[in-house]
Amino acid sequence: MTENGDATPLVRLENVNKHFGSLHVLKDINLTVSRGEVLVVIGPSGGGKSTLCRTINRLETISDGQIIFDGKVLPAEGKALARLRSEVGMVFQSFNLFAHKTIRQNVTLGPIKVRGTAKDAADKRAMELLERVGIAAQADKYPAQLSGGQQQRVAIARALAMEPKMILFDEPTSALDPEMVQEVLDVMIGLARDGMTMMVVTHEMGFARRAANRVVFMADGQIVEENTPDEFFTNAQTDRARDFLSKILTH
Amino acid sequence: MDDLITYGPNLAEGFLNNVKLSLVAAVASLILGTILVAMRVSPTPVLRAAGTVYVNVVRNTPLTLVLAFSALGLSDQLGLVFSETPRTNSFWIVAMGLSAYTAAFVCEALRAGINTVPLGQAEAARAIGLTFMQSLRMIILPQAFRTVVAPLGSVMIAMIKNTTVATAGGFVADSAAEMKEAFDTTGASIPIFLGIVVGFMVLTMPIGFFTGWLSRRLAVAR
Repeated sequence: MTENGDATPLVRLENVNKHFGSLHVLKDINLTVSRGEVLVVIGPSGGGKSTLCRTINRLETISDGQIIFDGKVLPAEGKALARLRSEVGMVFQSFNLFAHKTIRQNVTLGPIKVRGTAKDAADKRAMELLERVGIAAQADKYPAQLSGGQQQRVAIARALAMEPKMILFDEPTSALDPEMVQEVLDVMIGLARDGMTMMVVTHEMGFARRAANRVVFMADGQIVEENTPDEFFTNAQTDRARDFLSKILTH
Repeated sequence: MDDLITYGPNLAEGFLNNVKLSLVAAVASLILGTILVAMRVSPTPVLRAAGTVYVNVVRNTPLTLVLAFSALGLSDQLGLVFSETPRTNSFWIVAMGLSAYTAAFVCEALRAGINTVPLGQAEAARAIGLTFMQSLRMIILPQAFRTVVAPLGSVMIAMIKNTTVATAGGFVADSAAEMKEAFDTTGASIPIFLGIVVGFMVLTMPIGFFTGWLSRRLAVAR
């Protein structure tokens, strides 16, 4: 799957629980993500998908259990945590581009300030990445001057600039106008083909069918079903998943 | 009008001291206020608590008492001396007290600004591996600062006018002190009042206009 063919999973969640006060939002989650795998997490809103995604770079802390990334338990805080985060890209539902920085600066900030890359090299790399996501012409604009779809593609370039071992996508197309969804999905499909390890929380069933290696169905804080996309969409094993699919695949 | 001419040089010298105090306090309070706000939003509970206590104590104490404490408590009792020359020493005592006082307001203005920066900005900063201090310095504070340029201008205007209570800290060479001296000698004089008012307006009104213009120019589009 990857160039070094390493068989150990990149991410392993072991008996992960999370409570928000009296709310039990993640219940005994056990999950692995292999290197080069594209894992799609789907399920009803409030089922814990985003929370699960956000625990992997510790934007959400967990109550118990453990998360192992690339052979090491997630650091709790400080420099070690910052280093881990620099190796895990994240693409948010609301893009979260740095509003006071140009598109180019958004992409170069991490490499320059976190990795210590020289500015020239970072600029050059940024332009390559912006080229790849089709935004190179807008490099000197500010985020607010771009459409949602363009902003999200920049956010992907920003994540890629850190040369991450994995990218987390937290509902990357949910805040987009319908006509902009495809341009973002196309970039993501390209990444998947290139062997990027991805965890994608999404409602885009088309993306799941085309690009996913595995689908995880989450509801009420639990992983209800794990399957290949084909099996999942045509032959879901659980009532909960069949019920969910019947509501979204109406035609 | 004669009074204004007679006392003009003294008043002008006093006014220059108001300007000097303002300059020192502007720089020092912006720096200290930024440090305070970093403490108030830091993940370390001890720093947060210290920042909160400082702001609430200093902001709610009358400036005259802060200055009196600087002069009587810190300088006379605890022996904090900036200079052997009494006038220079009292200048720095007052500048310090005024900076410490104004910093609390700067901190609160900046904190209001931080609250306008969407949480996602901080999350994105953390997600690319910036440390807390880096994300504060590069992402959060620059955006917060831009949204509170105008309120910070108001804080600075208030601070400049506050230099006229420098006497409370033992510094008796500012324009208000010179004015009082003139009045004690020759009686109250409307031209002197107005002269000082105009002096302050010349100083403060441009700040209001400038910060208003700057805040529109720097506004972060979302």
